[in-house]
Amino acid sequence: MAKVVERKPLSFLEKTYIPQIVGGLTITLKNVFRPKVTLQYPEERPPIPQGYRGIPALVKDPHGREKCVSCQLCEFVCPPKAIRITPGEIAEGSENEHVEKAPEDFEINMLRCIYCGLCQEVCPEEAIFLQGDFNSLVGTTREEFVNHKDKLYELGGTRPDEHYKWDKKKEAAEQAAAGGHH
Amino acid sequence: MDWIDILLKVVFAFLMVMVVMTMAGYSVLAERKIASWIQGRVGPNRTALPGLSSIPVLGPMLVKMGIWQPLADGVKFLFKEDPIPGHVKKFYYVLAPMISLAPALITMVVLPFGVYYVDGQAMPLVLANVDIGILFILAVSSLGVYGIVIGGWAANSKYPFYGGIRSSAQMISYELAMGMSILPVLMWANGPAGGLGDLTLYNVVTSQQAVWLVFWMPVPAFVFLVSLFAETNRMPFDAPESETELVGGFHTEYGSFKFGLYFVAEYAHMIIGSAVFTLLFLGGWQLFPTFGILPDWVANPWAGWGWIGSVLSVLVFIGKLLFFIVFFIWVRWTLPRFRYDQIMNLGWKYLVPIALACIFIYALIIAGWDLMVAVENTPAEVVQPDGQVVTQQEDLITH
Repeated sequence: MAKVVERKPLSFLEKTYIPQIVGGLTITLKNVFRPKVTLQYPEERPPIPQGYRGIPALVKDPHGREKCVSCQLCEFVCPPKAIRITPGEIAEGSENEHVEKAPEDFEINMLRCIYCGLCQEVCPEEAIFLQGDFNSLVGTTREEFVNHKDKLYELGGTRPDEHYKWDKKKEAAEQAAAGGHH
Repeated sequence: MDWIDILLKVVFAFLMVMVVMTMAGYSVLAERKIASWIQGRVGPNRTALPGLSSIPVLGPMLVKMGIWQPLADGVKFLFKEDPIPGHVKKFYYVLAPMISLAPALITMVVLPFGVYYVDGQAMPLVLANVDIGILFILAVSSLGVYGIVIGGWAANSKYPFYGGIRSSAQMISYELAMGMSILPVLMWANGPAGGLGDLTLYNVVTSQQAVWLVFWMPVPAFVFLVSLFAETNRMPFDAPESETELVGGFHTEYGSFKFGLYFVAEYAHMIIGSAVFTLLFLGGWQLFPTFGILPDWVANPWAGWGWIGSVLSVLVFIGKLLFFIVFFIWVRWTLPRFRYDQIMNLGWKYLVPIALACIFIYALIIAGWDLMVAVENTPAEVVQPDGQVVTQQEDLITH
């Protein structure tokens, strides 16, 4: 059923607009004295919520070992194909010899990256994170927007490790070699 | 006239242009700042001058207030590329911004902005104390619309054209109400208030010593103020520009310094308009109205203070003027734009009749006042061409 909305004719005062204009002016005047909402950006930073997907970066474990083993899963899953990994061997005699591999180079093209976070989700080594930070991404050439391995580790820093997967594996192997018990 | 007089006039004119243009520049800053405050923002607070901004406390404070922003804006406008689109009518396209600014600068010639005393005789501080003062202002300031109309037409595309058309229609509608709302003021200034019988703004100001006309004639003052908003194309009457419907209105095709000229012209017109309103209705440079009760000196307490008094009177005038500029800005960031037909309605159906009614009513009141009160006054003496001194009443009887 159609509802008839009753529209009252404007009163004389309303027709002059003046009370409404005065009302509006008071509101804007009150606004002048309210606290400002502006964030003075470079000096003040906004609070970043948990789970914010910022710039993807590689992390190291607390022992300083690079966690990426260049399995290239992230490279394959990356929808815009922003990641390119050049796998490399770990040098003999290094203290990380027991780890499978390490990337020789790891490139993330920030002009392609869509911040979807699939690389972080797929990584079996928990080596890549979209840090909860938006480091200002500035540059004048395309090359500047390609983050290489050293830049990625610099951005990523160190994260606590819950598993120490490779150390455990090494221990188990050593115990087995020493005729371990089962 | 001595050559030194001419030189002095040129220097004074130059100074006045400097002051008005600086004020126009800083009104732009005020506009941005006040807009920001009303919207809960901070406004321009980053522009710094290398040397001056490193002064310990003052420097950062000035930067925060955005004092250097107009400078940066001006330099930006100057150094931007100044393209002339291929489809415009070049001569008029270049001419229009100048036409828009020039009237504002010309009208200030007859604007008195203070008072000085020679042997106890009050004289206005003004570039040219012309008898037809207010008529001159009305005539010249409405020429400003030609800048907009020509600009809109010369740009040779549809949105600027609409802007120009709207501007001319708006100007015609509101010029009428504006002119008529001034008539009661002039009747009053030259009637009961004992004026000299001319149209100088100085005369209007001195006639307001007892009561500022905004109290005695609030309705004409209101009509004048509304017309002023329309004439300066300010919100809520900025239909010629209306960026939401007409892109940028008449200045859509303009860029860099030519746009800057339009921009400054708008503010210069605002300043002149506020100055005229202050002079006509707000007692000009007088400090307080006496209301017939207070002693006379409250209007001009600086009468005997020499040049300090003159400076103070100018400052009081500028203070009142600034209040109006802030009011203009305040209204702009409060009200939405009137629709075009509403503008026409308001102008023709309300403001013009109200102004006419005001003329009629105040004419009656002033005539009555003259009959009741003024007859007792000593009749004025008139020197006739043959040197004979005749009092006006005799004059009336003989002729």
